[in-house]
Amino acid sequence: MSETANHAGQPTSGGAEIDEQTRRDFLIWSTAAVGAVGTAIAVWPFIDQMNPAADTLALASTEVDISQIAVGQSITVIWRGKPVFIRHRTPEEISEAESVSLDQLPDPQTDADRVVKPEWLVMVGVCTHLGCIPLGQKQGDSKGEFGGWFCPCHGSHYDTSGRIRKGPAPTNLPVPSYEFTDDNTVLIG
Amino acid sequence: MKMTKTLTAIALGLGILAGAGNAQAAGAGVKPPSQDWSFNGIFGTYDRAALQRGFQVYRNVCANCHSLDLIAFRNLGDLGYNEDEIKAIASSYEVQDGPNEDGDMFSRPATPADRWPAPFPNSKAAAAANGGAVPPDLSLITKARGAGGDSALRVSLFHPGGFALGADYLHALLTGYKEEAPAGFSLPDGKYYNEYFPGHAISMAPPLYEGAVEYEDGTAATTEQLSSDVTMFLAWAAEPELETRKQTGIKVILFLIVLTAMLYALKRKIWSDVH
Amino acid sequence: MSGGTSNFQSNSRIVNWIEHRLPIFSFMDAQMNQYPTPKNLNYFWNFGSLAGIVLVIMIVSGITLAMSYTPHTEYAFTSVERIMRDVNSGWLIRYIHMNGASIFFIVVYIHIFRGLYYGSYKAPREILWMIGIFILLAMMATAFMGYVLPWGQMSFWGATVITNLFSAIPLVGDYIVQLLWGGFVVDNPTLNRFFSLHYLLPFVIVGLVFLHLWALHMHHSNNPTGVEIKDEKQDTIPFHPYYTIKDLYGLGLMMIFFAFFIFFAPNYFGHPDNYIMADPLVTPPHIVPEWYFLPFYAILRAFTSDYWVYQVISLGGTLMSAKLAGVIAMFASILVLLLLPWLDRSRVRSSKYRPLYRFFFWVFAIDCVILGWVGGLPPEGVLVTIGQWSTFWYFFHIIIIVPVVGVLERPKPLPDSIAASVTGATQAAE
Repeated sequence: MSETANHAGQPTSGGAEIDEQTRRDFLIWSTAAVGAVGTAIAVWPFIDQMNPAADTLALASTEVDISQIAVGQSITVIWRGKPVFIRHRTPEEISEAESVSLDQLPDPQTDADRVVKPEWLVMVGVCTHLGCIPLGQKQGDSKGEFGGWFCPCHGSHYDTSGRIRKGPAPTNLPVPSYEFTDDNTVLIG
Repeated sequence: MKMTKTLTAIALGLGILAGAGNAQAAGAGVKPPSQDWSFNGIFGTYDRAALQRGFQVYRNVCANCHSLDLIAFRNLGDLGYNEDEIKAIASSYEVQDGPNEDGDMFSRPATPADRWPAPFPNSKAAAAANGGAVPPDLSLITKARGAGGDSALRVSLFHPGGFALGADYLHALLTGYKEEAPAGFSLPDGKYYNEYFPGHAISMAPPLYEGAVEYEDGTAATTEQLSSDVTMFLAWAAEPELETRKQTGIKVILFLIVLTAMLYALKRKIWSDVH
Repeated sequence: MSGGTSNFQSNSRIVNWIEHRLPIFSFMDAQMNQYPTPKNLNYFWNFGSLAGIVLVIMIVSGITLAMSYTPHTEYAFTSVERIMRDVNSGWLIRYIHMNGASIFFIVVYIHIFRGLYYGSYKAPREILWMIGIFILLAMMATAFMGYVLPWGQMSFWGATVITNLFSAIPLVGDYIVQLLWGGFVVDNPTLNRFFSLHYLLPFVIVGLVFLHLWALHMHHSNNPTGVEIKDEKQDTIPFHPYYTIKDLYGLGLMMIFFAFFIFFAPNYFGHPDNYIMADPLVTPPHIVPEWYFLPFYAILRAFTSDYWVYQVISLGGTLMSAKLAGVIAMFASILVLLLLPWLDRSRVRSSKYRPLYRFFFWVFAIDCVILGWVGGLPPEGVLVTIGQWSTFWYFFHIIIIVPVVGVLERPKPLPDSIAASVTGATQAAE
């Protein structure tokens, strides 16, 4: 806009010229503003298309039959593409989880806040550090120093309530929203 | 201004030619009469009551032979059903799932996330059950049998000679059966005479008759009514985005007109010192 | 590049630091800001920049579509429908891309005919013109392969028919077709490689566009008089703000036209059969390519064994089959345009001063429209004859009429300069 610069540098010779210049500037800026708003709105669909699609969102809940899981056993199910650990806890595990005092925990949370029924622990099996899947589901897996789960990637130890006790992970393993639709069925999501 | 006019004329002309070239190629068959669908035109919308009635016709009649692969139960929300109603409709159907821990496939009641179960496991089974003719999937039928469901342009300006509207064709086909073929027309065994079907000999028996469905809302179920309702439903199935699309379109074009007018004013202003 | 001279200066230390190492700011200033442009360009000169913008729209919408598309025969069709139904704004992006192809060709065809009318292909702009023809070829290949991706009936059968063209090549034809297919019919390997190339070619086009612009900026835009810039002060104005605002205004108009199709007639340019999933066992009764290929399709089909042009060029049918002749003619119809700068002997560029050429230009334009019209109809009866004569005229115009008119015609007197033509026009109008 070399024109603008020239005009601005000149001593004012008359009111009409300034008026004309102001009108022109106003038109430029208002057009630019309208154009910018339109462009911004037009960009949104191209970003939004990366969000989960309607069919992906619709698959957000999973029903699990837990009648076959014996005490002390765990299963892994898939919910929203992620592994969910369902553990039928032993009385010892439950009492151990309940007896820990909150000030020992990096991410303080009582065991009661993490379960619906104490014998069933349901949580997302993805390490809160960088997304690996912790060991501890299978017989013979390392369960870490606290008898729960152990993430082999960077050495995070989780206790029998899935709470972080040692290692780089910042928070406890997350608990998804779930409900018992009957004694043998859990609906996750 | 003369230049702008010439340009507009050329652009429009090319556009029209472009479509018309394709259009005439479709040819064949009798041109179905135009219907005044509520979804026609730039302000068009679907009629919710007709959609629900049409859905009832599809469930009770068409679904016996025709799949609707692209529609999931959750999509029924578009027809005006609420979540509980959708769950109830879904759970009345069984879908196959699996394999379970034993490696077997099993049936379970459908959930809103499931797609509509097909009447036949595969196209061979469908052909075997229907005298060799596979009943086509109906998810896109109005787009696959004529001008994309709703083309406002074609309806208002260029309908003559262009593709008929898919919905017009479908409605004409469903109500276009004749008891007897005209003299001189030899109808193969197992075929039916239809005025609007290309070649006239269609494998599908007349699917609709008066009272074929008892409407929940008490509307009289004439053949005409059944046909136009199910056509509306299938037009929705083919173009569920139609209402959003047209409403967005009006806003976008109004915005563009304002912006272009401003750009034109600015152009005139900037060019005013060029001699 | 001989753009405008730049007296670019900045107070920003960062800008100057970069400028000292990579003079990109002065380059952009010279080529996009100061760039001297003839002051008399009419609105037909908008279509070059419009084509560039449509290319960007196509690339952006294409990349986003590819995020949800699956190039596999079993899933391609349903993945496109999933985009239409489940992906957020998927229908919008898909319709932008689908109609964008047609808009792109409308814009580019107008751009090409503008070049033909105003003689923009003449020296010293021959290479500029030739790069343009290569862009057209790359666009056609891209559009053809893109049309296959939704894996509808027309996708499949269009791919089958067009790839079969190569079987006309003597000796190695069948081998080449198998190579293109990666099998014995159009199938999954074909779809995969078409997707790969459809993604690649647009970036090749971007590269060609830069060469096109480079060649353009060497000798600047042609203009409606066809008279070269003589005095930069008198004849030209800086590109910015004059042509930036004019191009933006044109863009606004084009977007309205474009939006109308996207939102209210999204399938206007398409064919209903492409909403039926590809079935290798059922051929649609009448296969037509997309509209922008119809003139070339008509040329292809014109070559029947009794077509007299075929009889002449094949020496009574001994030299080649009619099938091969049709394929050669189709490709030749585009490639012959590469020779245009040398076929046209006239020293005057613009049709404004060439009444005889102007007449034949319009006949040629109508001939192309007729070819397109015939190409969309079944080859029956009188249409075959019309197609054949239009094909004859297409080549006759370029190979015979253009050189002969160039030599025989006595052009009207040219204005002394661009500036003189502009003031002259103003006087006449007042």
